Amino acid sequence: MGDEKVVLLDFWPSPFGMRVRTALAVKGIKYEYKEEDLSNKSDLLLKMNPIHKKIPVLIHNGKPICESLIQVQYIDEIWPHKSPLLPTDPYQRAIAKFWADFVEKKIYDLGKKVWTTKGEEQEAAKKEFIACLKLLEGELGNKDYFGGENLGYVDVVLVPFYSWFYAYEKCGNFSIERECPKLIAWAKRCMEKDSVSKSLPDQQKIYGFVLHLRKVVGLSKILCLQHISRHC
Amino acid sequence: MAVVKLFGAWFSPYAYRVIWALKLKGIPYEYIEEDLRNKSPLLLQYNPIHKKVPVLVHDGKPICESTVILQYIDEIWPQNPLLPADPYDRAATLFWIKFADDKGYLMSKLYQTDGEEQQAAVKEWLEMLEVMEEHALIGGKKFFGGEEINMVDMAFSFVAYWLGVIEDVVGLEIFEPHKFPLVSLWIQNFKSIPVIKENLPDADKMFALLKHGREMMLASKSD
Repeated sequence: MGDEKVVLLDFWPSPFGMRVRTALAVKGIKYEYKEEDLSNKSDLLLKMNPIHKKIPVLIHNGKPICESLIQVQYIDEIWPHKSPLLPTDPYQRAIAKFWADFVEKKIYDLGKKVWTTKGEEQEAAKKEFIACLKLLEGELGNKDYFGGENLGYVDVVLVPFYSWFYAYEKCGNFSIERECPKLIAWAKRCMEKDSVSKSLPDQQKIYGFVLHLRKVVGLSKILCLQHISRHC
Repeated sequence: MAVVKLFGAWFSPYAYRVIWALKLKGIPYEYIEEDLRNKSPLLLQYNPIHKKVPVLVHDGKPICESTVILQYIDEIWPQNPLLPADPYDRAATLFWIKFADDKGYLMSKLYQTDGEEQQAAVKEWLEMLEVMEEHALIGGKKFFGGEEINMVDMAFSFVAYWLGVIEDVVGLEIFEPHKFPLVSLWIQNFKSIPVIKENLPDADKMFALLKHGREMMLASKSD
């Protein structure tokens, strides 16, 4: 395993990129991090992800893997012995994949609506966003992590959005902790681990990024921008 | 009591993926047809989050989302595998399944719109077909899965069969075989596989359903 070469093409505020950083950190995998300028994408990015031209892209021994959920599963399969993320039981794996898919379908888009819209549209987005977080709280139950006693697949998939919560709250003028205290407790528990806290940017830094986008670009144009790249 | 139950809807390409997977692997199952306008309490109990079909119930335990279901089926019954064993190949396969899944909305976008919105949908369809032609079937592969079909072939089934019915409903030809020769050949190969050929929704019945839905939509627009 000594001559494995792992490269991650990423963009620091991307929650999708954070998933991959976290998975690699949990497994203790050394990798080269390459920051992409999304207004001037590198030849490497365009070559490694010709279909979508988006980050994150994981490059393992020269071969690209795209899509953050797929990248996390791949990392788990290639390095299965340290901190396994997916359970071994097929039914438990299906449950974990279902909830990762739920996060994928809901959280990014709703969160984006919270910080890019106003008025009725924003209120509707906030309401649905909180409802989804509550469903996730239900799935978490009394466990420390979605993965049980340790970080698992769903934890890695969801926790990056925690770095965006402060920005959502300021833009939406609401408190996520008040509505979903169990989920915030879970996120803080995750952040006590270096593998998570060192993979996620500071919440204030994310908020600064959002403010910068709103000031420089104007709210109406943000929706058209690819500055926050969905992984695929 | 059947060990495997499948809740589906007769026109749903997502339900058909599960039917094909179970039949390819020789797994007996009980099929329960759902009326999506009047969902059964059992469906709502098994899929409270999305309230959708398909839902697979194995020994009383529900699994939802067709891609999750297919991966589960492949793990429980490994014969006639639907995914490659090699992790890198599997990641590449999952990429294409997601690509196809992310384009599923194009079906309803095509037959539930008109004017500029429909033209935009046509453009998106053509872009997707171009990607399939240029990137997904390279090397002259018979199927996305190589010599045998796999989950990617099943994921793109909406292009192979459902698109044709929608084209008839809206009166547009989007898929021109000479423009997409590799995809065209794949469609013929895919539809000639016995498990697929023998398990497809009736085209006339689907035409009637979608035509009615489109007429209702157009009528409500002019109100």
